[in-house]
This record gives sequence, C-alpha cells and structure tokens, in this order.
Amino acid sequence: MTPRRASGLLYAGVLAAGIGAPLAFPDYTFQLAMLWMMILFALTWDIVGGQMGYNSLGNIVFFGAGMYVCALTQIGLYYDIGEYTAAFGAIRVDFTMPQYLTGLALGLCAAAVAGVLIAIAFGRIVFGLRGPYFAIGTLGVALAAGELVGTWDWVGGGGGISLPVYPGEPQTRSLLLYALAFVTAAAVFAFLRWLYSTRFGLAINAIRDDEQKAEAMGLHTTRYKTAAWAISGFFLAITGGIFGNMTGFIEPLEVAFPTVTFGVFMVLMVLLGGKGTLWGPVIGATIFHVIKEVTWTYLLGWQWITLGALIIVNVIFFQQGILGWARERWPARFGIRVDEPAAAADEESARASVTVLPRQEAA
Amino acid sequence: MLDNLMLLKDSPVLNVQLLLDRLFIGATFALAAYGLALVWGVMNVKNLAQGDFVILGGYIAVVVGDAGYNPIFALPVAVVVMFAYGWIVYRVIVSRVVERDLFTSLLATFGLAIVMAQGMNLAFGSDVRTADPGLDTRMFFGGLVTVAEIKMLALALAAVLAGIVVAFMRKSRMGQAIRATAQDARAARVMGIDTERVYAFTFALNSAICGAAGVLISMIWVIQPFFGITHSIRSFVIVTAAGLGNLPGVIVAGFGLGFAEQYAGFLLGAEFQQATVVGLLVLILVWRQVQQAGRRQAVQ
Repeated sequence: MTPRRASGLLYAGVLAAGIGAPLAFPDYTFQLAMLWMMILFALTWDIVGGQMGYNSLGNIVFFGAGMYVCALTQIGLYYDIGEYTAAFGAIRVDFTMPQYLTGLALGLCAAAVAGVLIAIAFGRIVFGLRGPYFAIGTLGVALAAGELVGTWDWVGGGGGISLPVYPGEPQTRSLLLYALAFVTAAAVFAFLRWLYSTRFGLAINAIRDDEQKAEAMGLHTTRYKTAAWAISGFFLAITGGIFGNMTGFIEPLEVAFPTVTFGVFMVLMVLLGGKGTLWGPVIGATIFHVIKEVTWTYLLGWQWITLGALIIVNVIFFQQGILGWARERWPARFGIRVDEPAAAADEESARASVTVLPRQEAA
Repeated sequence: MLDNLMLLKDSPVLNVQLLLDRLFIGATFALAAYGLALVWGVMNVKNLAQGDFVILGGYIAVVVGDAGYNPIFALPVAVVVMFAYGWIVYRVIVSRVVERDLFTSLLATFGLAIVMAQGMNLAFGSDVRTADPGLDTRMFFGGLVTVAEIKMLALALAAVLAGIVVAFMRKSRMGQAIRATAQDARAARVMGIDTERVYAFTFALNSAICGAAGVLISMIWVIQPFFGITHSIRSFVIVTAAGLGNLPGVIVAGFGLGFAEQYAGFLLGAEFQQATVVGLLVLILVWRQVQQAGRRQAVQ
C-alpha cells in the first residue's frame, strides 16, 4: 500500500468514525463531542506552543472570551442583556428555531472575531516576553481574565449566564452540537495541514528554532507571531462558543476560564502526543480524554493526583511525546528525507574527527 | 467604591488598621518570595509549587494545633519536615529538570502543585482552616485599631527567620557554596563544589522557608488546599517586581503587594482581591516590557 493511499484510508476512517459514532452510540454524544473539543484544544495550542515554540499557559482566555461573546450575542440579539443576567436565569426566553439558529451562527462568528481581536491586543502585551516569562505572563492574563469577568455584573458576574434553551428535541440538540464540534475539528485539522505546508508554517518553525536568526534573515517575527496567535485565538474562540452551548450554562472560573483544568490539559495533551506535529495533538488528546474519563470514573478523588503525576512523568521522561518518539525512531515515514550524499559526507567528517581525536590526545 | 474611599478619608485610623493587617501578612509573602528568588537565582528553576509548599507548612501547624499543642511550636517541626520534603522533591523531580529548558521546570512544578493541592484536599478536607495559638488581641486608639498579639509575634518571627537565612547565606560554607553556584555553576564545579548537593540543599532550604511562612500564615490568616496557586502567583509578582537577588527589594515588594491587595479588597470589594494579585503580575510584566522597549533597537 502506498503511503498516499494509506493516509487516504486513514482520513476516510476518521471521517466515517466521526459521522458514525454518535449514530451508533447516541448515549455518548456529549462525550464524543467533548473528545472533539479536546482535539480542538490541543490543535489550537500546538500552533503557538508547538510549531512556534511559545509555551503559553493562557490560551484559555480565547476560549472563555469566545464563550462569553457567543452567549451574549445569542441573548443580546433578542433580549436586553443587563436584564437577562440580573435575573440570574429566572427569565426563560423561549427562542424560536430560526432565532436560535441565527443566534448561534452569528454568535460563533462574533466569537471568532473577538478571538482575533483579543489575540492582537493580548499579543502586544505578552510577545515581548521570552521563555518562562511568556508562560508566566500568559498564565497571569488568563487568571486575571477569569477574576475580572467574575466581577463584571453586566455579564452575570460570578453567578454566570444560562444560554438560550434549544427549542427542539434534546436528541437533535446534542446531534447539532456534536456536528458543530466535529466539523470545526475537521476544518481546523485540514486548515492546519495546509498551513504547516506553506511559507507561513516554515516561518513559525524558524521562530521556534531560533528567533534571533529568523529575524536576522528578514522575517518580521512580531507579525508572524501575532498572526499565529490570532489563528489560534480565532479557532479557540469558536470552540469556546460551541462548548458554552454544550454545557448550557457558563460561569467565569470553572467553565469559561478554567486555567488549571482545560488550560493545562491542552498543554499536556500536546506534550503527550508530540509537540510540533500535525497528528500529535490529535493522538494526545484522544489518549488523554480516555485516561481522564477512566480516572474520573474509577479513581474519583484521586483523579487530580493521577493527572498531576501524569504531567510530571510526561514532562520529565517523555517530553517529545508519542509522535516525537516515533519520528526519531522512523524518520523516513514522517517525510523527513535523509539527504544521502550530505549524510554520507557527515559520516565521513564524523569518521575523520574520530581519527583526529586520538592524535590530539597523543599530542 | 467612592463611599469606601470617603470612609478612609474621614477616619484615618481605619487606614492604620488596614495597613497593620497587611503588614503582618506581607512579611510572610516576602519570606516565600525570598525562597522563590533563591531557587530561581541558584538553579534557574521557577517553582510553581511554591504556594503549595506554604500551604503544606500551614497544615503542619494545623495538625500540631489539633494534637493539643500550641501551633507556634509547629515552626521548628515545619522547618525540619519541609526541609526533608524539599530534599525528596528535589531528588525525585527537580534534579531531573534543572538542566532542561525553563518551561520544563515550570510545567513539572505545576504538575507537582496539582498533586500537592489535591493530596492536601484528600488529607485535610477542603474547609478553610486556621491554627489558633490562643493569644490575646490588643487594642489601640481607644479600641479603633485591633492587633492580635500573634500577628506581632509572627512579624518578629518572620524577621528573625529572614535574619537567620541571610546570616546563613553570608557566613556559612554552604551559604558561600550556594552563592558561588548561583554566580557560575560550572566554575563552582571546577572549584570542587558538589553543585548537585548545593542544588538539593537550596531547594530544601526554600521548602523549609516556605514551611515556616506557612505556619505563620495559618496562625494569622487562613489556609485551604487550593490557596496555593495564589501564593505562588504572589511570590512571582514580588520577585518579578523586585528582581533576583535583591533582598530589600523583595521585602519592600512583599509589603507593597500586601497593601495593594488590602486596599483593592477594601475599595473595590473582596472579589477584587484575587484579581489584584494576578492583575499586578500582568501590569508589572507590561511595565518591564515598556521599560525594555525603550532600550531595544529592533530592525523593522
């Protein structure tokens, strides 16, 4: 089987599984949609964290902002937001189906725009920071965002907002949201697959490998960094909008800006699967989701300890991740062409240096 | 918010109360931040579990208090136990990330922070606890300002602890070795210093300092298993504001953060207290950037 056909079959298989799974296991639609959410977290984190080498702990800001913007748009289109949030869910607005669907569509668009705008503003704050300062700075911004939204009464404050109730059957609602999650994940994957093959992909890789050199080669690094950040924000904000509708109720600390849960999970999933690879985040997210569900079910109370230990072990012993390991093991299968003459020359020089060494020692 | 501001203006004594309340807590912030700066400066590891070390120290005081002793006696216990704990953590986790890039240590200690917070939650429950040393409260200004004696004692103990640590770093062989390693680890190794041992000792010392700070915090304030992350962020704010290896700066920033938090909490409402801590971190980082941007000459 040629690699091309194999990957074609793989994509077809994933596509079939994505469409077939909720029909085959209707009780698990929410769980399956969560899996796509996790994959989206990992894929969007990997754009900046893996491919560009800027380890952010604050991507959750886009998620929460997208969730809030989407919810506020959905409500604000047909109702006064201040009144709605002041009532703390006591007002139940009955939306008609077209109202609900337009609200959802416009909400997701607004969320995406907000994600990009926040990424540009946020990028101006944090992109001067390098290395660990970047991680701490983004962590600070994420924690601050959650705390500040919690004090803002117009958007519901710490009490949160309930989202518009879907006017149809619950079964269709979960299928609709599943379809949204799945289509978004598939679209993001396809987009990133294309993006990483372009000049832009090479540029952000160059920034990861050596930012000073990249700048010296004439890349306008700040522009590339902000663009990559904005792409991440764009998709993560849409993810947030969908997630808000899935849970039906949002509040700032646990649902919208969960820095120590989803915010850390996205990093962990990418590290588990393999940073800076296309499939790594997908594999990492899938494995992580399974581990998480199993520990949540069977090790209740100990699940956080298991997760924390998983982070430590993963970071210390297995930082390259599953795909990173596989890529080192079988480089040819990952399209890393070993330049034969150059490699031979390298080997030659290596051998030469070996022969030189004893002489140096003798001298 | 304006009402509270007017209240402060009308009764200046209230300011004294607010300032005093945080003076004592700021001292413990400064202790924990000093430990963070120590580890950061010597081995270039950013310990995100710093706050959880503090909370763990606090629970030692609670346990000692529950056993029927005065929690003040938990101070030496916490120092010894946390020193040993820090040594073990170094051997098991931190020694493997010292040489790696900075994000690795950040993430590994973050994992540790999650494990510790949840472990304490399982062991002690998620209730807010405090250790009662059974001392009186003193009144000043005809009862307008109250200060618990334990707070004054805690401030004195914090000062003594800081003095001991500084004297230790200046005078002892190990202190000299730590400073030498911080300056240049490779040169220190060449000079025959066992840097691995120095690292282990530094991390254990940091853990002991945090433990002591935790004992003080549990007596003058409250502890809860998940308060650790806020304490960690506080330490980062203080160290980032003060700079590394700047002990007076750390003390000033520690008190400053305490005051800022207190005033924000009083003026804007208690829910802003946490937001102030993280907000200040972001502000300080932005301010540092603006400062540096003036010096940077980028090719555009």
